Amino acid sequence: MSTQASAGRRRSAVRWFAPVLLGLVALVLWQGFVVATGIKPYLLPSPTAIVDQLRQVVPLVWSAALATGLNVLVGLLVGGTAAVLAAILAARSGMVDSLMSPTAAALSVMPIVALAPALNTMFGTTSTTPRRLVVSVVVFAPIFVNTLRGLRQVQPVHRDLLRAYAATPRQISRTVTIPGALPYFFTGLRIASSTGVIAAVVAEYFGGLQNGLGSRITSAASNSAYARAWAFVLGAILLGLVFYLATLALERAAARRTGG
Amino acid sequence: MSTDAGTTTHSMAAPGAAAAVVARGIGKTFSSRSGEVTALDGIDLTVAAGEFVSLIGPSGCGKSTLLRLIGDLDQPSTGELRVFGKSAQAAREAQDYGIAFQQAGLLPWRDVAGNVELPLELHGVGKKERAARAAELLTLVGLEEFAGHFPHQLSGGMQQRVAIARALAERPSLLLMDEPFGALDEMTRERMQTELVRICAESGAAVVFVTHSIPEAVFLSERVVVMSPRPGRITAVVPVRIAGERTEGLREDSSFFAAVTAVREALHGSGAIPTGTARGVDLR
Repeated sequence: MSTQASAGRRRSAVRWFAPVLLGLVALVLWQGFVVATGIKPYLLPSPTAIVDQLRQVVPLVWSAALATGLNVLVGLLVGGTAAVLAAILAARSGMVDSLMSPTAAALSVMPIVALAPALNTMFGTTSTTPRRLVVSVVVFAPIFVNTLRGLRQVQPVHRDLLRAYAATPRQISRTVTIPGALPYFFTGLRIASSTGVIAAVVAEYFGGLQNGLGSRITSAASNSAYARAWAFVLGAILLGLVFYLATLALERAAARRTGG
Repeated sequence: MSTDAGTTTHSMAAPGAAAAVVARGIGKTFSSRSGEVTALDGIDLTVAAGEFVSLIGPSGCGKSTLLRLIGDLDQPSTGELRVFGKSAQAAREAQDYGIAFQQAGLLPWRDVAGNVELPLELHGVGKKERAARAAELLTLVGLEEFAGHFPHQLSGGMQQRVAIARALAERPSLLLMDEPFGALDEMTRERMQTELVRICAESGAAVVFVTHSIPEAVFLSERVVVMSPRPGRITAVVPVRIAGERTEGLREDSSFFAAVTAVREALHGSGAIPTGTARGVDLR
């Protein structure tokens, strides 16, 4: 066995081990702090109490995570499709670009989640549409901006080459523009997926259907079941991780294909 | 010389009879913020079918611009340009030429075979025929084992060979090459030159080859066109008379050195420009 390989393995082991150790130390400190100070559970429940609650409500956390996850997925699909179509139009026409780009910038700084109560009134409190709409609007800007940048990345040498081949605009899109823009689109999708999960959870804080993680967190907290509230928070963290890792894998795969 | 084939606008000469390139009074001006810049002025040049011609000169002499005009990637401001008796645009649309640039310009998301097949695919050649032609071309450039590799897995010299295979894909009767070996090391460069000579002999294509290097121009070409900058003009055309085949041995032949000296003198003696200003010319 070469020393280089074992050194590399040790380095990657350290890379995984260090954050896990840090997390464990934090949990032990947390537990010790709660036990030692006798702090009230409604202020800060202990990790063991949260895990205990989680064990009891796993099916509920699962179904709530599915409901919220579906909202994120639908929002990503709708908002992402709209963003890609808008980016294609903006890349083709300067006028559309000068219309769309400020709109995307405005959308990205607007507290869209704050629109949730208004949307609840518009669509009714038994509808998932307001939440999905919130996610769609939130994911639009990062996907639009990144995809547009990707569509503009065509190298001059590729442009000359396709001109030399007398390629039609459709052929240029298929062979050069779209494959070149894909890694940028996936970067946008990764950024959007994290903000999308946050938006979907927070949008549930403003009433409406009680099936998602956000609703469960607020109702547990208002019933003084703080450890249970934290169990649902844990579910929200895991849901966010799932979306992040899935989109990160897509991004990496796209980058590998383009030699990045 | 077959100058008449190109100068008559409605010439219906048979393809074999037309010169590969006929340029008459070509000028090109670019407008920039600081005013008009004359890149080319009064260029007259004829390249016969099957002839290998190099354009050499210091940076800014317009040699790449001239190549781009022939390829219809830019349009001349004045003068007339005929490629195989057609306008440059018609020749481009008819795919009369293959082109290679200083950067290989491979598509990073396609494997080597996919890159070589690109022009064939764009022009509707069937899948089976494409694959066969790509295999044939990769054998020609000695990369048959790398068909499934992606460009980032190849060295610069290998990428450039893929680009040359791609340029040859449709058996063009004219090759336009803009410093295709400019980014390569000396060893690779000499090997690529030898390969190019062999490939051109096999395909019988005419070549317009832009370079900075005097030995490269001499080794490859039947004629070396010497250009000077500001504005870009042709100052001399040096015929390279070499008996026998152009192989590695030629690099140590006295006729080779004589031709190198002739081109160097033509470059340095161009107009009133003193020797020191011919920057950007490799004396390698």
